[in-house]
Amino acid sequence: MLTAAGSDATLPAEHYLNAKYGLRSWLLTTDHKRIALLYLGSVTLFFFIGGAFAVMIRLHLLTPEGYLVSPEAYNKLFTMHGVAMIFFFLIPAIPAVLGNFLIPLMIGAKDLAFPKINLLSWYLYVTGGTFVLVSFLTGGLDTGWTFYTPLSSVYSNSAVAPAVIGIFINGFSSILTGLNFLVTVHTMRAPGMTWFRLPMFVWTHYATSIIMILGTPVVATTLALAGMERLFHLGFFNPALGGDPILFQHLFWFYSHPAVYIMILPAMGVVSEIIPTFARKPLFGYRVMAAASLAIAVIGFLVWAHHMFVAGQSTYAALAFSLLTMIVAIPSAIKTFNWAATLYKGSISYDTPMLYGLGFIGLFLIGGLTGLFLGTLGTDIHVHDTYFVVAHFHYIMVGGAVMGYVGGLHYWWPKISGRLYNEFLARISAVILFVGFNLTFFPQFILGYLGMPRRYHTYPPEFQVLNVLSTAGASILGLGYLLPMIYLVYSMRYGKVAGPNPWPATGLEWRTASPPPTENFDVTPEVTWEPYDFGNRPDLGLDLPKSAPQQGPDLAPAHGDD
Amino acid sequence: MSEHITSPRVYLAIILTLMALTAATVGAALADLGPLNIILALVIATSKATLVVLYFMHARYSPRRTQLVVIAGIFWLAILLVMTMADYLTRSWQRL
Amino acid sequence: MHRTEELYGQFQTVEQQREASTLGMWVFLVTEILFFGGIFLTYTVNRQAYPTAFGIGSRTLDLTLGTLNTGVLLASSFTMAMAVWASQAGKKKLITLFLALTLILGGIFLGVKVIEYAQKFEHHLVPGRSFAMPPEDVPAEAAATDPDLETHAQLFFSLYFAMTGLHALHMLVGAGLLAWLLRGSLAGRFTTRYNTPVEVVGLYWHFVDIVWIYLFPLLYLIDRHKPG
Repeated sequence: MLTAAGSDATLPAEHYLNAKYGLRSWLLTTDHKRIALLYLGSVTLFFFIGGAFAVMIRLHLLTPEGYLVSPEAYNKLFTMHGVAMIFFFLIPAIPAVLGNFLIPLMIGAKDLAFPKINLLSWYLYVTGGTFVLVSFLTGGLDTGWTFYTPLSSVYSNSAVAPAVIGIFINGFSSILTGLNFLVTVHTMRAPGMTWFRLPMFVWTHYATSIIMILGTPVVATTLALAGMERLFHLGFFNPALGGDPILFQHLFWFYSHPAVYIMILPAMGVVSEIIPTFARKPLFGYRVMAAASLAIAVIGFLVWAHHMFVAGQSTYAALAFSLLTMIVAIPSAIKTFNWAATLYKGSISYDTPMLYGLGFIGLFLIGGLTGLFLGTLGTDIHVHDTYFVVAHFHYIMVGGAVMGYVGGLHYWWPKISGRLYNEFLARISAVILFVGFNLTFFPQFILGYLGMPRRYHTYPPEFQVLNVLSTAGASILGLGYLLPMIYLVYSMRYGKVAGPNPWPATGLEWRTASPPPTENFDVTPEVTWEPYDFGNRPDLGLDLPKSAPQQGPDLAPAHGDD
Repeated sequence: MSEHITSPRVYLAIILTLMALTAATVGAALADLGPLNIILALVIATSKATLVVLYFMHARYSPRRTQLVVIAGIFWLAILLVMTMADYLTRSWQRL
Repeated sequence: MHRTEELYGQFQTVEQQREASTLGMWVFLVTEILFFGGIFLTYTVNRQAYPTAFGIGSRTLDLTLGTLNTGVLLASSFTMAMAVWASQAGKKKLITLFLALTLILGGIFLGVKVIEYAQKFEHHLVPGRSFAMPPEDVPAEAAATDPDLETHAQLFFSLYFAMTGLHALHMLVGAGLLAWLLRGSLAGRFTTRYNTPVEVVGLYWHFVDIVWIYLFPLLYLIDRHKPG
């Protein structure tokens, strides 16, 4: 491992954490870095809550008859696990924690375009989360996180209304975050920070913001209509009153499919920062990566009905959606090839963030490839609503997005806290997580292929061995998550001081102190270099052969007619 | 970036046109034009909306980026409507 | 980060602030397009499925009040555009005048909507247990083509209330914003250098007008040529 540059560093005297003290200075802050930490606390809480439900599910599934909970309670477990994890952890985590913290730093701005709206976003998240917790505590939710009608709008006896209100409110948190990021990237870049000098992390968050803005309002309306149907006995989605359940599904998935790209694109951005740093090479195919991010965002809106192949839609529509689904895989594949090409002939070290980055690539690859089986009409008939689907999306969401999130937390931890965590413990944790994850979810591919349905509280006895393996894996996975929480918190007080650029890396965020001052930079930076230009940065102290400077435009106005 | 100031005369012309189009749409609705009724109603509504966007909202004189944002919003609405209706309208088609 | 006069601390120049604020409002309006879009899709699917019921439902709406309201809202868009012009031209008294006119016209619109809603309640046209289509509004051949006509008509009215209700909610927010602008205008806050709030609220108000431009024909003008 490279000696951290500035290993004799001291913490700056004043930075964003100690600039002001007291509860009010945190709850009424407009500093994007503090808001990021507020989010860090809240999403971690929901991660625990979702995780608790997961533990109960896996314990229940140790035996074929299911000994832990009743069938109705089981329905509530997987529903609440999904709602907590998707809406309150996966969707906000990387954008609201890492995106909020880093985007102004990465573009050389003092804050986001609308700091007060940023704080409002957090309060909307908390309010929405409170409503959902009320739902969990007053009867729970048993409709599946997908809220299909008429179960959710008519027949369910669980606390649907508060949950739907909570998710509706949380949706606006997401929309405002996306709006803030989009306007910020367009109008707040420092002089010389042209579009093609932006870090890939910013590009992927820009693409994510597009999805948040265009997709989330539709699910908001949909849940509002379903809620109104439930409260006022209207008939939009109720066949008994002339309504159409499939209309609900179209409206729901119009957002919820692009939502999965909201969950994965930011993680891809994290990986695109980590790999170049620990291979000491520029990101391969920068412009193609940027284009692929936008392509994922756009094409991702054209495939939603692949969740509805067996629901009763027209065969011709299904064919069209299946073809488009094949196409949306292409930009993701391009990104995977480009990460591999970045590693090729790089000067590679296996620091903890790199372990998470490499883990991401492998697990995302498996998750993505299995998506092709699901996107193919014929094979989907066989695996739809089985554990094959469950394994597929957990490979992407946990093996991909969560690893990206945890890897990102480790990578930028020195910038956020000013300190380094225990590298040995961290590497062991990463390996534990990787092993635990695969043991939990790989058996589920096999289970699904063999026919075990999802969302059932029992299963045929011949599937028990694989289920037990999966539960065993889950306990190891849990340990892999617990350890970082311990040593990261410990490091905040006792960790070695990191200095401005410990890895070292090339982004603007590494040119200011760790932790940064409240206004991010003492002097507004002027950018004259290309991103990831490791070969031309003697200041980083890396012993690399000098490469031809990457060509780029001269100092240009940061924003104008774009 | 200098701001283009639209003159009140233009606004007056636009509002009068909008009122006329409103009268036209009501008149057209009272006539039996078969399937043309809904098409005409939407065409008139879209014309009115376009005038409001271009002139009252200054989109005509706004930077490219703003125009792109507007077009993207409309395009995405079109995706939602067209692709969903593609399901409903092709359900009765015979097998290939 | 503190604010110097009208320039907020995160921005470098007033021009950058204006650019960001207007882009922010346009992006927000795009989210509103998609927000209303979901309900417009629901409308489209249901109208395509039940054209007769929708026609009958539409004909019970008061065409005069609907047309009047359309005119009122369009006029309010005109006065709003004039308020923005006045702020660009530095005519402070006119800003206040046009903002006040916009607010009044908006108030008239909402007042008419209250009257219309009250009529619906009176005539048992609110979806639910007490819903009942007046027999004179249901021609015989219509009842023949659609045996579940009343159920499907309730879908029309559900959409009528959902769509106009959502629109009215947006108008209330708009009215609040206008009141806030009026306060600023009376205090002389808007100059040729700084008129961003007026511009940005103007964009919002015009958008709400555009939603109504579509709601009016889609809700009020179905099958109007048919007798009865």
